[in-house]
Amino acid sequence: MVEIFGIPSQALFSQLLIGLINGSFYALLSLGLAVIFGMLNIINFTHGAQYMMGAFAAYLILTYSGLGYWSALIIAPIVVGIFGVIIERTMLQWLYKLDHLYGLLLTFGLALIIEGVARNYYGSAGLPYAMPDSLRGGQNLGFMFLPNYRAWVVVASLTICLGTWFVIERTRLGAYLRAATENPTLVRAFGINVPRMITLTYGFGVALAAFAGVMAAPIYNVSPQMGSDLIIVVFAVVVIGGMGSIMGAIVTGFGLGVIEGLTKVFFPEASNTVIFVIMAIVLLIRPAGLFGRTA
Amino acid sequence: MVAATETITAPAHSAEGRSEFIAFGIMVAVLVVAPFFIYPLFLMQALCFALFACAFNLLIGYVGLLSFGHALYFGWASYLSAHAAKVWGLPPELAILTGAATGAVLGLIAGSLAIRRQGIYFAMITLALAQMMYFFAVQAKFTGGEDGIQGVPRGKLFGLIDLTSHNTMYALVVVIFLACFLFILRIINSPFGEVLKAIRENEPRAISLGYKTDRYKLVAFVLSATLAGLAGGTKAIVFQIASLTDVHWAMSGEVVLMTLVGGLGTVFGPVVGAFVIIAMQNYLNALDQWVTVIQGIIFVACVLLFRRGIIGELANLLKIKL
Repeated sequence: MVEIFGIPSQALFSQLLIGLINGSFYALLSLGLAVIFGMLNIINFTHGAQYMMGAFAAYLILTYSGLGYWSALIIAPIVVGIFGVIIERTMLQWLYKLDHLYGLLLTFGLALIIEGVARNYYGSAGLPYAMPDSLRGGQNLGFMFLPNYRAWVVVASLTICLGTWFVIERTRLGAYLRAATENPTLVRAFGINVPRMITLTYGFGVALAAFAGVMAAPIYNVSPQMGSDLIIVVFAVVVIGGMGSIMGAIVTGFGLGVIEGLTKVFFPEASNTVIFVIMAIVLLIRPAGLFGRTA
Repeated sequence: MVAATETITAPAHSAEGRSEFIAFGIMVAVLVVAPFFIYPLFLMQALCFALFACAFNLLIGYVGLLSFGHALYFGWASYLSAHAAKVWGLPPELAILTGAATGAVLGLIAGSLAIRRQGIYFAMITLALAQMMYFFAVQAKFTGGEDGIQGVPRGKLFGLIDLTSHNTMYALVVVIFLACFLFILRIINSPFGEVLKAIRENEPRAISLGYKTDRYKLVAFVLSATLAGLAGGTKAIVFQIASLTDVHWAMSGEVVLMTLVGGLGTVFGPVVGAFVIIAMQNYLNALDQWVTVIQGIIFVACVLLFRRGIIGELANLLKIKL
C-alpha cells in the first residue's frame, strides 16, 4: 500500500473522487443559480427544492411508468423546468421592479411548500434509486478503483457546465442574453422578446438543478431534505466564486468539492465547516469573490 | 426594502408619537390581562419570539439589511445561558445576560464579515455563517448534540424571587420584553436611528454626507444580535432547555416570516407577527407536517399580495404610524 502524507493512497484518492462528485453538484447548482441571477436578478432559494424535485421525478418515473435512468435524465429536467416556467410566469415576474430581497423571500416560501409536501407524502427517510445497469461496475486504475457511475457524473457535469459556458459566452444567443442583462429596454428595441427570454432562462436554470437531482438519485438517497442541506453550501460556493462569472461558478464548484474531500481525510471534524471557513477568509481578502467583479 | 411611503415629514411627528404611545399602552394592558385568559407558557414563548423578531426587524426594517442567519445569535445565546445557569450555577439574571453577551460577540464577528457585501449577498453570507455555527453546535460537547441542554434551573432572581412559578416567570419575561421594546423604540427615534434610515433609503447619499455607513451598519448589527441573544437566553431559562432547533436555519426563516407577516419596518408588526405564527404552530399541531407548507404559503402570499403585513396594512388603513 502506497502512502501519501501518512494516508493510504487508496483512501486519499477515494476521498478525492467523492470531493469531485460533490464538486460536480456544487458546480451544476451554482451554475444554475448564476444563470438565473444573471437574467432575473433573483437568488433562487427554491433551487435546492428543485434539485430534490428532479431526484423525486426520476424516482416517480421509474415507479409509475417503468422508464429507467436515461429517460428520466431527459424527462425530469423538462418537467421540472416547465414547473419553473409556470412559477416565473405566475409569481416571479411581479417582483422584478421590487427590491431583490423579495425574490429571495418568495423563493424561500416556495422551497418550504415543496419540501413540506414531499415530506408529507414520502416521510423523511430516503428512498433508494437503483443505478442504471449500463453504468454498474468500475475500472481498476491501479492506484484506485473507479466506479463507472461516478466517472460518468463527473464527465456529464463537466460537459454540461462547459457547454453552458460556451453558449453564454461564445454564441449569438448568449450575446443576446448578456446584452439583455445589461440593458433590457435596448435589446427589446431590436425586436427580441426579452420577457420570453427571461422565462426560458429561469426554466433552463431550474432544469439544470433537476438534472443534477436525477444524477444524484443513485448516489445519495432520494429524500425531501436533500436539497435544503445542499443549497446553503452552494450559497457559500457562490459567495466565494462571485456571482459575476459562469466560469467562476464552475471552477469554485469543483475546487471546493475537492478541498472538502481532502479535509475529510486530514481533519474529518472540520469537513462540514471548511467551505464556510474559506468563505470567511475570501470575504476578508476579496469581498467580491474570487471571480467576481466589484459591484 | 420598505415601501417608499415611509418618508417622514416633520409636522406629522407629534401625531405619530401619539399613535405609537397609545398602541404601546394597549400592548401593555393586553400583556397584563392576558395571563388570566391564556396559558402563561404560551405567552412567554410568544414574547421571546416577539423580542427576537423585533431585534431582527431593527436590521431589515430600519437599515434594510436582510439577515438570514439570526438563529445563530438566538440559538447560541440559549446554549450559553442554559450552560451558565446549569453548569456554572449563575443566577437567572446573569445567565440571561450571558446570552446577550454571546449574541453581541457573535454579532460582532459575523457582522463585520457580512457587511462587506450588500443585498442578497449579505443574506447569503449571514445564512452560511449561521449554518457553520450550526455544525459546531452539532459537534461540540457542551451543547449535548441531538439532546440539547436539558433540565436548566430557573433559579432565583437576584437570589430573592423564586422563578419556578409560571406567573412569576411571566412577569419577568414581560419586563424584559417591554424594556427591550422601549430600547428599540428609543434607538429608531434617535439621531442614530435617523442615520440608519438614511442608509436604508440611499446608502451612497449617506456616504456622500460624510457618514461612515459601515460603522453604523455594524453597530446596528451588533445591537440586533445582542437583543436576539437576550431573547434566546430568556427562552432557555423559561423552557429550561436549549436545543438544536433554535440554531437551525429553519429558525432564521421563521423569524423572517414573523416579521414579514406583522409588517417589515413597523414597530409593532414583529410582535403581532410572532404571536400569530406561534399561535398557529401551537393550535395547528394536529396538522403536523402541513404546518411547514402553510408557513410557505403565508410567505408567498405576503410577498405577492400584502407586503406591508398585518400592522403595515392597518397603519395604512388608519393613516397612522404603528
